[in-house]
Amino acid sequence: MDTKTLETILTTYGPTGHEDRISSVLRDLVAPYADEVYNDKLGNLIALKRGVSGKKIMLSAHMDQIGLVVVAIDEKGFLRVANVGGVNAPLSAGHQVVFENGTRGAVYFERNEKGVGEVKMNNLFVDIGAESREEAEKLVNVGDMCVFAGRFALMGNRLSCSTLDDRICCAALVEAIQKARSEHDVYYVFTVQEEVGLRGAGTAAYAIEPDLGISLDVTGTGDVPEALPMAVELGKGPTVKVMDSSVIVPPAVRRFMENAAAEAGIPFQREVLRGGGTDTGAVQRTRGGVPAGCISIGTRYIHSPVETCDMRDYENAVKLLCACLERKELPIA
Amino acid sequence: MLGRLEQLTNIYGVSGDEGRVRKYLKGALDDMGLAHKTDAMGNLIVHKAGKGRRVMVCAHMDEVGMIVRGVLENGLLAYEAAGLDPRVVISKRVAVGRDDVPGVIGAKAIHLQNREEFKRALAHDELYVDIGAKDRADALKYVKPGDRICFTTKFERLGEDIVKAKALDDRVGCAILLELLKNDYECDLWAVFTVQEELGLRGAKAAVWTAAPDVALVLEGTTANDMPKAKEHEYVTRMGHGPAVTFMDGGTVARPRMFKALQQTAKEAGIPYQFRQGSRGGTDGGAINKALDGCVVGGISVGCRYIHSPASLASVSDIQNAYLLAHAFLQTKKFDEVL
Repeated sequence: MDTKTLETILTTYGPTGHEDRISSVLRDLVAPYADEVYNDKLGNLIALKRGVSGKKIMLSAHMDQIGLVVVAIDEKGFLRVANVGGVNAPLSAGHQVVFENGTRGAVYFERNEKGVGEVKMNNLFVDIGAESREEAEKLVNVGDMCVFAGRFALMGNRLSCSTLDDRICCAALVEAIQKARSEHDVYYVFTVQEEVGLRGAGTAAYAIEPDLGISLDVTGTGDVPEALPMAVELGKGPTVKVMDSSVIVPPAVRRFMENAAAEAGIPFQREVLRGGGTDTGAVQRTRGGVPAGCISIGTRYIHSPVETCDMRDYENAVKLLCACLERKELPIA
Repeated sequence: MLGRLEQLTNIYGVSGDEGRVRKYLKGALDDMGLAHKTDAMGNLIVHKAGKGRRVMVCAHMDEVGMIVRGVLENGLLAYEAAGLDPRVVISKRVAVGRDDVPGVIGAKAIHLQNREEFKRALAHDELYVDIGAKDRADALKYVKPGDRICFTTKFERLGEDIVKAKALDDRVGCAILLELLKNDYECDLWAVFTVQEELGLRGAKAAVWTAAPDVALVLEGTTANDMPKAKEHEYVTRMGHGPAVTFMDGGTVARPRMFKALQQTAKEAGIPYQFRQGSRGGTDGGAINKALDGCVVGGISVGCRYIHSPASLASVSDIQNAYLLAHAFLQTKKFDEVL
């Protein structure tokens, strides 16, 4: 994928529940390769590429990003905010945010006795340059959401951006729909509202009734100073999920992915993610149950404005996904 | 509607024991000539068949309360509570079980407390319901483990615009929904009075499979923290400032089109409204929006002070305007617009 397209996917506005704009960007990118493209009631973007086997595979990557929602505007024009998804309050202070209409803001905190580390969400405020409530209300309203201004930075093989979770995997799906050959019906689903509880993936899976679900998401790593132990490192390949807090991947599904990787000579790592859930869990528990697994891209500093991954892992994630789609036999959980 | 609200809030209906609320509502529906059915969980469902989108409007029948865990040797009742701060139950009068056995929740008198005890709030497992029984055998003549324990506060008008009652969360919703059912709307309407919302949206999780809605409206009583020491961004809602429209809560992020449509409806109809300025707390909407293949949910709430306590307050004009807003939304048929 060219850098410009990647940057567009990563930096287009789309906090949870407000995914229309990123949905339309992705729609334009996948439509030329799909037999059918539509949005469902919750806003999930679904692109179907038909096969001949009569089997259905649902791929999912979530297009929503974490953000902040305005809950009040004070008389001096400062915005008070709450988190949308797992936003870390101290890590938010000192960063710039952007609203859907382009309004920019600086996030800071009530500077009393407390150090920044003790800051809670209701100690944060956003300065959008307004000098009064009236002036602020011309730019934003209560209920509007902002996201961290995405600073897209390529650093050698590595990429840093606030939205790697999970736009890097949206990019992987966009690339896969162009490259993969599959005899199955493949539904490329860009889900909504993952960050607040996997809400979109479940409704999409309900409607699709897939024979296999493969989610793509970012996962933690254990390769930074004083990290919590985790056997995932940047640059060592995409990961095949064993479990996270939302799912235990059936061994048959995991083996299916590992075999696909081994046969195609793609490096991979096994992933046990202790904290955090993924769409995989919602897909698995739809209707009578769906065999579901997940390919992840190891990412440092998840849910911070400086999420960082390795583009070689990204390339190999796309290859692994294509290798899975090319297999005739699907796993039975 | 206020008469209905008075009767509804005076009824005892702790989560899982909503029978009496349901019975009252069934009577009202019968009087209105509306057919209804009760599902296996106890949700009361009214289907007004019509053309167009499937629209679910719901309010929950249950209220916060307690359940008898066991009876002690000395006749006191140990209880379990859900959704209740132990600080609000002390020295309250309660009714226990089907026979409404009167009781009080007592605590050690101030004279007897040492300094440590005085400073610390008691927990539920240090509090007991006293029904005046001599001993365990005596208590078991009147109550049994599993009986629900309900506050007994009576509905009352305070000042010009305020009502005081227990269970405003969510009998205000029930009263509004009942009132809406007097009207006909151009849609396939599923009105659902749900059970066990306070325990985790359990009734709605089941009822949504029957209603299978495209669009849903959730009518709720919500928090109003418009108190002197709270900052404006901590109010959530302000009593008397109109019904609150939800942009986000613990279980939903409103689709922007729905959030806008409700505001637009209010503006067009000249109904005052406010935003529900919080992002937490759950309603049945959280269960409804992600069931089946998904549904667009709108939340209309009445801000209640001192919610989840024996005595909460709400504004009569907020309740009336919440009704008007829900009515106007259903009447203007913005269903396709929000999908």
